[in-house]
Amino acid sequence: MTDPFQYAPAPESRSIVDIAPSYGLFVDGEFVDGTGESFKTVNPATEEVLSEVASGTAEDVDRAVRAARRAYARVWGPMRPADRGKYLFRIARLLQERAREFAVLESLDNGKPIRESRDVDVPLAAAHFFYHAGWADKLDWAGLGPGPRPLGVAGQVIPWNFPLLMLAWKVAPALATGNTVVLKPAETTPLSALLFAEVCRQADLPPGVVNIVTGAGDTGRAVVEHPDVDKVAFTGSTEVGRSIARAVAGTAKKLTLELGGKAANIVFDDAPIDQAVEGIVQGIFFNQGHVCCAGSRLLVQENVHDEVIASLQRRIGRLRVGDPLDKNTDIGAINSAEQLARIRELTDIGEAEGAQRWQPACELPERGFWFPPTVFTDVSPAHRIARDEVFGPVLSVLTFRTPDEAVAKANNTTYGLSAGIWTEKGSRILKIADQLRAGVVWANTFNKFDPTSPFGGYKQSGYGREGGRHGLTAYLQGADRP
Amino acid sequence: MNDRLAVRKTYKLYVNGAFPRSESGRTYEVTDAKGHFLANAARASRKDARDAVVAARGAFAKWSAATAYNRGQVLYRVAEVMEGRHVQFCEEVAAGEGLSQSRARAAVDAAIDRWVWYAGWTDKLGAVLGGANPVAGPYFDFSLPEPTGVVAVLAPQRSSLLGLVSVLAPVLAGGNTAVVVTSHQRPLPAVTLGEVLATSDVPAGVVNLLTGDAGEIGPWLAEHDDVDAVDLTGAPAARALELERQAAGSIKRVVRPPAEEPDWAADPGLSRLTPFLETKTVWHPMGL
Amino acid sequence: MTSVLDPGALSAQAPPRPEPLAPFADVTRSDAAVRAFLHGLPGVDQVGAEARVAVLGSRSIKTTAKAWAIDTAISMVDLTTLEGADTPGKVRSLAAKARRPDPGDPTTPPVAAVCVYGDLASVAKQALEGTAIKVAAVATAFPSGRASRAVKLADVRDAVAGGADEIDMVIDRGAFLAGRHLDVYDEIVAVKEACGDAHLKVILETGELVTLDAVRRASWLAMLAGGDFIKTSTGKVSPAATLPVCLVMMEAVRDFRAVTGRQVGVKPAGGIRTTKDAVKHLVLVNEVAGPDWLSPDWFRFGASSLLNDLLLQRQKLRTGHYSGPDHVTID
Repeated sequence: MTDPFQYAPAPESRSIVDIAPSYGLFVDGEFVDGTGESFKTVNPATEEVLSEVASGTAEDVDRAVRAARRAYARVWGPMRPADRGKYLFRIARLLQERAREFAVLESLDNGKPIRESRDVDVPLAAAHFFYHAGWADKLDWAGLGPGPRPLGVAGQVIPWNFPLLMLAWKVAPALATGNTVVLKPAETTPLSALLFAEVCRQADLPPGVVNIVTGAGDTGRAVVEHPDVDKVAFTGSTEVGRSIARAVAGTAKKLTLELGGKAANIVFDDAPIDQAVEGIVQGIFFNQGHVCCAGSRLLVQENVHDEVIASLQRRIGRLRVGDPLDKNTDIGAINSAEQLARIRELTDIGEAEGAQRWQPACELPERGFWFPPTVFTDVSPAHRIARDEVFGPVLSVLTFRTPDEAVAKANNTTYGLSAGIWTEKGSRILKIADQLRAGVVWANTFNKFDPTSPFGGYKQSGYGREGGRHGLTAYLQGADRP
Repeated sequence: MNDRLAVRKTYKLYVNGAFPRSESGRTYEVTDAKGHFLANAARASRKDARDAVVAARGAFAKWSAATAYNRGQVLYRVAEVMEGRHVQFCEEVAAGEGLSQSRARAAVDAAIDRWVWYAGWTDKLGAVLGGANPVAGPYFDFSLPEPTGVVAVLAPQRSSLLGLVSVLAPVLAGGNTAVVVTSHQRPLPAVTLGEVLATSDVPAGVVNLLTGDAGEIGPWLAEHDDVDAVDLTGAPAARALELERQAAGSIKRVVRPPAEEPDWAADPGLSRLTPFLETKTVWHPMGL
Repeated sequence: MTSVLDPGALSAQAPPRPEPLAPFADVTRSDAAVRAFLHGLPGVDQVGAEARVAVLGSRSIKTTAKAWAIDTAISMVDLTTLEGADTPGKVRSLAAKARRPDPGDPTTPPVAAVCVYGDLASVAKQALEGTAIKVAAVATAFPSGRASRAVKLADVRDAVAGGADEIDMVIDRGAFLAGRHLDVYDEIVAVKEACGDAHLKVILETGELVTLDAVRRASWLAMLAGGDFIKTSTGKVSPAATLPVCLVMMEAVRDFRAVTGRQVGVKPAGGIRTTKDAVKHLVLVNEVAGPDWLSPDWFRFGASSLLNDLLLQRQKLRTGHYSGPDHVTID
């Protein structure tokens, strides 16, 4: 039957954001021209060019690191911790005040649904600053050993999936612990970081405390390899993480890595089934599956497989794919042509290897980068879609018969970032959670984040934690314990 | 007067609870500080390292799942058994490191006491390093430390017993299993420690001791995909950079070598425990 | 037990069990069986259910979608008065409003039903003559349900005799919470039989069941016993209708139809006062159970003040400017 209740378009107004035709680098409290070429950042939902952004060269990075060093030595390091905290509180408030602007800009540049940027990314980013603001003058009581001291200048490289939120995860703890930063946002999503630079100015943050150098891989490499950087923090692919770990080898730089994942989402036959289905959907389709901790491997107990898959398909059939700025959109655009190509390649391989592809009937816009929500059944652990991180809206379904088999399959990966467990049996939750080799275990929920809650991986998903007391140690000398 | 001819000990590897010779059949001469022959030690090969990793991986599930109280008692038992071999350790340390009897005794005392220190840590780590996280929502959220997995340890080259215990005991206290490359020139106390471990309720495979050259075996361990962390404390200075790069291949946790070997008598704090601990965070809703 | 009422009521205490629905033939053969069945239903995680309705509640329903939703919601209202002070005059006034909710705009659809106490059913029936608007009467010792079965059945028959098209019964929450599921089941079966041709809405009084697990079990029990609708609340207990409760009930009717082929309606009642609330419910119906339920045959709002807010919003959409309480009629 035709759907009587058609939701009329409900677009968030984009007039709230004012995107300049071009942007320079934010160094020492000023926007300055870079010495390199500039590059275009596009709206992945329309392929419209949003702005031209400077590509930072090694020389630009050097200028930024020197500014950060000066600010560290003269202003930020010596500052009363309580005052550092107050600056962070200011930033938190400014993010809240300008939340709508950030949300729209994030959706434009990244392609994520406005509902998520508005309800998840931006509020969590503000929460991260608010949380860490409070730590600034309480580090002596954080239980991290005697007299924790900042490291100096932090070089931070962040991904495109949560541009502002990842900035907050990096900048807030670094500043709260007394470090200054040089941050490189992702090439395809630089705009919210540049708007954040304006927030730093509105907060009267001393020049040089936060420096933002846009660019691609070369710019990131220059940040990582700069000899006067004391700390490197990276979120992104395991492959790049490896090269960064190699690059900082032999130096005194402290390194934290938050890398890829291939999380198992385990559904037992006694699960709260409707919430489990929601959790599966939230686990893999949140942010188009561009989530390192996405629940991309559904491990479902064989005796409820058909029931779960039927419910899942019915639920996926109601997902709304389309204009990221429409408030009713559930799944937005794939972030880039390159990422779309990778998703297509891996899903084609999945089919070629014998897994069954299922996609709901859904109309995709003609322009822009789009991929429908996809479920692969009949997936075997040997298939590449069961092993490789797709980083897209693609779920691989595997089955298990016993709890031991579930754990063995869940742990059978080189990654170890997150995992999910769905069962109404409390004792089983604790046992399975204990056995899973993953840094974050969501039981009867999925993809929840909070600044007080340490996040990070086991195995090749990286090391170090972000958030909570544990996250502070990444930015402190001699802090040998979280 | 005692004219009995002493029965000498054959110094072998300690792998998976047994004392094999190197599969390569190689040995090397170990001398005292003055260059006098002490013994022939087994010279571990890459295949010995491989076997040791298999043993350590095999032992991990049970050792990491043992109760903290149980692990603490096992580590304390190591101290007890070492105490009974005090004289032997003193002789080996004195000979190998060229120390006076009194300084050798101090080193052995400290090594035994270090086991006691870490034995007491096992059941405190969860409380000190973990906690509940007050998230903004109806969830109970807690974080706990968990062992990283299989740790390859390049033990200090100079401090052959105290240094070794100082790097090994924290790895075990956290619930990891270990593959240790001992001091190259001074391996004998390590082999004797293996004999202690074998009789101290430490399950087979939890500790594997390879005598030989860290410069030769180190790269195999640093590159081994089934090793989760490497402690480069005893890495030859010239090789440390390359070892760290190799460890990057599988995103190993790395403890970089100090500029020079530290004073192992100093209070270690938690600095050698936390590098080999992961933090696991668990969320659960709170509803009716 | 002897009854002071119609002696015929006695025989109705144990009516012949209807043929149980095929997949569930064994379920109601004993208290133990029904308990095993109900407790075998999947659990409901409250936090997850609340998170789900929060997202559904954030749907932005604008312009044409809003206009459709408002008219649909009006047509789903069971316009209700359940006061001790109700009089024939009050009921007639309500009936007039039900026929023409907005005297200034004849394009406004009529409501689905007028819901009254049983003794006023005949008054409502008369006042609604010639319309398709149904008369719904609450019965079975509403709202507490604390009376003998004979009294409850007499109450039902009385209301049906008075012209009620629909009977809104309450389940025996005491029996349900005490684990006497089969008593609850038998009573619904008996009431259903007493209804004759009248539709039966089964009020679970979810505010007294408290947990969503209990809501799911009670929903299934009511559906198995032959209820045509399951209804959240009497309106006399707080909380009354909430979105998480409605979510669980929509899931129940969806799953029930999938297994048995029989479609059951849902009526949230009490506490839905604004257009925004109503639209959130319609979104929930649409996305959880599907469009098949988006009609007054399968979804109702038990409400009184909701109607006026829907009318005000309707006027705003039509005129483009805001209105006020004097531009809608008091009931």
